[in-house]
Amino acid sequence: MMESLEQIKARIETNLPGARIDIVPNPGPSQQSSLLVDNEHAVDVARLLRTDPTLQLDFCSNVTGVDWLDRAVTKKVKVKRVVEGEEKEKEEEETQQEKILGHLEAVYHLYSITQKHGPVIIRMRTADRAAEARLPSLTPIWRSAEFQEREIFDLYGIRFDGHPDMRRILMWDEFKDYPMRKDYREPDDYEYEPTPHDDVLEKAKQHYAPRPQLDGAENITAQK
Amino acid sequence: MTVSSGAKRSAVEGSRDETFKLTPRDPSAPLGMTSRLEGELMEVSMGPQHPSTHGVFRMNVALDGEIVRKLKPVFGYLHRNHEKIGENTSYLGSMPYTDRLDYFCSMTNNWAYALSVEKLSGIEVPERAEYLRIILAELTRLQNHASLLGFLLSDMGAWGTPLMYAFREREKILDLFESLSGSRMMCDYMRFGGCRVDATADWLARAKMIVDAFPKFLDEFEKLIVENEILIARTQEVGKLSADLAISAGITGPMLRACGVNYDIRKVDGYGFYPRFKFRIPLGDHGDTYDRLMMRALEMRESISILKQAFEQIPEGPVINPKVKIRAFRPAVGEAYGRIEAPKGELGFYLISDGSPNPYRYRVRPPSFINLTILEDLCLGHTVADVMVILGSVDIVMGEVDR
Repeated sequence: MMESLEQIKARIETNLPGARIDIVPNPGPSQQSSLLVDNEHAVDVARLLRTDPTLQLDFCSNVTGVDWLDRAVTKKVKVKRVVEGEEKEKEEEETQQEKILGHLEAVYHLYSITQKHGPVIIRMRTADRAAEARLPSLTPIWRSAEFQEREIFDLYGIRFDGHPDMRRILMWDEFKDYPMRKDYREPDDYEYEPTPHDDVLEKAKQHYAPRPQLDGAENITAQK
Repeated sequence: MTVSSGAKRSAVEGSRDETFKLTPRDPSAPLGMTSRLEGELMEVSMGPQHPSTHGVFRMNVALDGEIVRKLKPVFGYLHRNHEKIGENTSYLGSMPYTDRLDYFCSMTNNWAYALSVEKLSGIEVPERAEYLRIILAELTRLQNHASLLGFLLSDMGAWGTPLMYAFREREKILDLFESLSGSRMMCDYMRFGGCRVDATADWLARAKMIVDAFPKFLDEFEKLIVENEILIARTQEVGKLSADLAISAGITGPMLRACGVNYDIRKVDGYGFYPRFKFRIPLGDHGDTYDRLMMRALEMRESISILKQAFEQIPEGPVINPKVKIRAFRPAVGEAYGRIEAPKGELGFYLISDGSPNPYRYRVRPPSFINLTILEDLCLGHTVADVMVILGSVDIVMGEVDR
């Protein structure tokens, strides 16, 4: 049997002091929770997961990106309040709005071929969706990430530092945008309209509207 | 079970990071037919319109004479961003589109997607449906492997004949698919929690007849392959892959098992009802093209054994879970990764649900895309003609590579 995520987390933290690991719970019925790894220690954590004799996660099956826009999460929090006139503190439920800044995520599904267990899912998050959209590459640890990280770079615009060949893979090299991003707008140049109206006008307006999310992302180019 | 090795041929050395310097040329010396341009690399673009690239696939090759010194695969010609389309349509809406990924194996594509959605929302599948799925997946494996061997022989210059033999058998299986699902290749047969229609007793009898006759074709076909001197010379010791590199590069399916790594998801995950079946996993021990080819031939025999057991065991009953909503199907918030052993390797679907009718993230883990990662490593040091054979033994379908 494979270790639980808590055990894996404890194992990483004893072997690599300083590494920050969080467990990302999965509320669904699939019971596949994941580990959020901090970017500075990601390569070391990956190496440990691969070489550790009890885990031996030598097979990195699936690597993919996820785009999360800015979103607000409403949480119900219990707050203690001192009610005037009474001595006791009173517990009250309060809904709070928590704002989560948009970020891009890379998800790795790891299995062990020698021990035949898995999956252990690790995630990394970028600081933002524009200029800081970069993560350490895990291709030196698992070669199978080579094309898949290129695909993430191509479709999501995360640059992987330390990748041997960071180029676009599915789209052509001159392509500018990142099509899998949630706010991607397809170009409207396929239908030229000198006096746009109705749907086409709406589309044209949308297309030329500013996209603060992408500002600075044009600078994410392939490493030469 | 291992593959026997016959005549051996020495492999040519080559490494990934080799560089070459241009030798200074004497402009006054005339270029004669016998003078060899030492160290001069010629760049050739193989594809995308090449009959043995199996679709629109290109390789930028740097050649030293006839020897490959560098190879960069270029693809994306068939890219239509399947994943984005999947995110913009409902869960069920993607089911027919999965047929178009690996258009040889639509049944296994359907199963992988259905399995992932079932994991995502915790759906049970009735017993008869599980048996039908296994029958269809193994039939798919039969026709995929048979046609792969045909294509491979075709790539080697055995133009036409072996491919037609393979396609004759494949056609019988496609007829079965057609009478069951209404379509030969784009079957769109599985649903979340079961299968779309039930198979009649007549259909099962016909399928059994075809499966019973299949070993005769295999005997004949294997005789063409196993002892053929030309084929042995072209494939043995060509494109050798070590087990360590294969595991690190995420190679799956027959290609991984040809290196002697015992990893079959049917055994490891035991999805569906595979644990109820007795079958063996063929393993190679050289990891060369010949072993990869033989893996397919031997796997077909095991598939036949699985099919025979399935025809005996299949129970009566419903083929779809009636509790599953067809309209307004909304899985609970969460994520799931489900995978199956498709004929080409591990086919996985990674889904994130945000509770809406469309998946927030819909990702396909395509086996033939990832199996291409080490194409350069396999081809270095070999001749151009070997590249075609090696590429053929990887077993790619561009619909799945480019998505």
